[in-house]
Amino acid sequence: MTSTPDQDHVAAGNGGGVATLDPDELPTAATRTVPWLRIGVIAALIVVAIVLAYVRAGSGVVVVQAVTTGILIGGIYGLVAMGLTLIFGVLDIVNFAHGSFLALALFLTFGLTQAGLHVYLALAVSVPAMFLLGVLVQRGILAGAMGKPLENQLLITLGISLIIENALLLFFGANPRSVALSGDRGVPIFEAVANLSRILAFVGALLLAGLLYLLLQRTRLGTAIRAVAANDTGAQLVGIDTRVIYAVTFALGTACAGAAGTLVAPLVTIEPTTGSLFNIVAFVVVVLGGMGNVVGALVGGLIIGLAEQLGGIYLPGQSPLLSVFIVFVLVLFLRPQGLFRRSA
Amino acid sequence: MTTTTAPAATTAAGKPLPRQPWNRHLLAIAVLTVLLIPLPLILPPAQASVAVRVLIFALMSIGWNMMSGFGGMFSFGHAAYFGIGAYAGGFLLVEHNVSPWIGMLVGMVIAAAFATLIGFLALRYKLRGAYFALATFAFAEMLRLWATNSEFVNRAVGYHVPLRPESSWWWMQFEPASANYFWIALGLTVIALVVSVQFVRSRAGQFTKAARDDEDAAAAVGIPVMRYKLLTMALSAAITAVAGAFYVQYFLFIDPDLAFGSSVSIQAILPAVIGGVATIWGPVIGAVVMGPLNDVTATILRNPPPALEFLQGRGGLDVIVYGALLIIIVLLLPQGIYGALRKRWSRR
Repeated sequence: MTSTPDQDHVAAGNGGGVATLDPDELPTAATRTVPWLRIGVIAALIVVAIVLAYVRAGSGVVVVQAVTTGILIGGIYGLVAMGLTLIFGVLDIVNFAHGSFLALALFLTFGLTQAGLHVYLALAVSVPAMFLLGVLVQRGILAGAMGKPLENQLLITLGISLIIENALLLFFGANPRSVALSGDRGVPIFEAVANLSRILAFVGALLLAGLLYLLLQRTRLGTAIRAVAANDTGAQLVGIDTRVIYAVTFALGTACAGAAGTLVAPLVTIEPTTGSLFNIVAFVVVVLGGMGNVVGALVGGLIIGLAEQLGGIYLPGQSPLLSVFIVFVLVLFLRPQGLFRRSA
Repeated sequence: MTTTTAPAATTAAGKPLPRQPWNRHLLAIAVLTVLLIPLPLILPPAQASVAVRVLIFALMSIGWNMMSGFGGMFSFGHAAYFGIGAYAGGFLLVEHNVSPWIGMLVGMVIAAAFATLIGFLALRYKLRGAYFALATFAFAEMLRLWATNSEFVNRAVGYHVPLRPESSWWWMQFEPASANYFWIALGLTVIALVVSVQFVRSRAGQFTKAARDDEDAAAAVGIPVMRYKLLTMALSAAITAVAGAFYVQYFLFIDPDLAFGSSVSIQAILPAVIGGVATIWGPVIGAVVMGPLNDVTATILRNPPPALEFLQGRGGLDVIVYGALLIIIVLLLPQGIYGALRKRWSRR
């Protein structure tokens, strides 16, 4: 706790936006205080970005629409990234298969809706199914590589993603599919219009993110997960079965991807490669929020959602993903520990 | 640099340094080359094209292995260098009518410069492990997105190599089943192999390996770590760029996904991992395993057994096999096929 005033002092001394970009200002002690200054600076940067977009576009409606869409999709990015960052924080695995789990949930949802189930009721199937698959993958494949060099786990998850993605391609073909939400319509928000399905997906993502946060903070299981993240040997010494925690954490992560997959099913074209797009964005979000920081992932998701949409205004004609990568590279180089400190 | 052969070379403890069989590696390369030269004259055309694909895989992966195996800097974005090589060749040939050989050299130089730039940034800001891999990935993806949306390089359309009426070495174009393609690819791969042997045995290579194994110790004894790491990355990028430039001439076509897609980065990683990371022969052995898989699975899917009738004409099975192979190798043979074999031989 003692280091907080110090650090705020240092940050304030550097003045304004530069403070958050100083790589030397790494926090040394884990503290529980909210970094108000940092939040303020980030909020200020976002406001500047929106104003610049307004100047560039010269039309309020375009910017309001971009901000609305950005925030709504950002919630989904946040949910996907929460799962990814949880896995990284606890198991130290850079999970390249995360997006393919999402793709699997998309196809599962497609199949269930074809069978007559309502899209959002499919959550009751896809989340447990993905949880179970997560347990199986962790116990069956990844457990054998725990404690090995980072590259080994990276390559294994890469192999898993290749298998899942191409199995989907093999069985369903490359034809894009879609899931329709009955009664989907445009809903006016200020001057912008958003689809009802998009709003529901955003609300659902926030609810699930909140549940996950409560699970981590308020339950015995969550405490155990955080203990393993902080120090797995120590956790083992006080009687926590780390093997169980590893499996459950990985499964929680894939369940997040599964939930996100079902929620976005009405919004996206369903193809085997759809998941990898989310995977790329989720990596960016995870680094932005600080690897292993669950709340940071949610905030990072909203920021990246905004960056993607505003980037479309700054760089017309280029893919919105390009601006996401530009933000990513800047964050990697200038603030690799993320905007917020790591606190799984 | 004769520590490998001079018996006088000893460590501080007085024990002789382990003898490295570098000359044996070079001899093996020479013998293999001579044996492989008549191959395209013996093989039916379909198999000859598989052999060329094996060599392209090997070339890409020899480049990757130099940076990520010997250099210890895990790259997940070698598609950037492959694509730069491919696009430099394609762009100069189609837009300015420049020989692909010159395009290849230009591609090597640009790829090396780009790798040095990325490497400088990554090392300057001390990116390691997952962060380094993600940064290389991000740069390759940025190039892909830029190429897809830029008029300068024909957007998503890419380049088609114009067909010429007659065969020509200068334009690197022959009749479709010509053995010349195989010989060019073989020549390029052999050069890359010799370069990698010479690199690893050289002072620069030994310094790079020292920096990989313990960066702080290497810096403490006065090795300019940054310089040698950048050199390794530049060399690695240049070799992978050659693979890209040749790819365009052989398949006569390039677009942003074929050049910069993440599957290209994976294709550069897989042979080295399957064959053996940080070994001279790993990428080659891995490529020999991987190259023909595509054709085998395609044959199975063209005439599937009755139980799998519904899969007829579908794609994806080859990549599933790659993925499974990757997992099995990493779990059971973390040193790859060559690494495991070498271990068994040396134990004997």
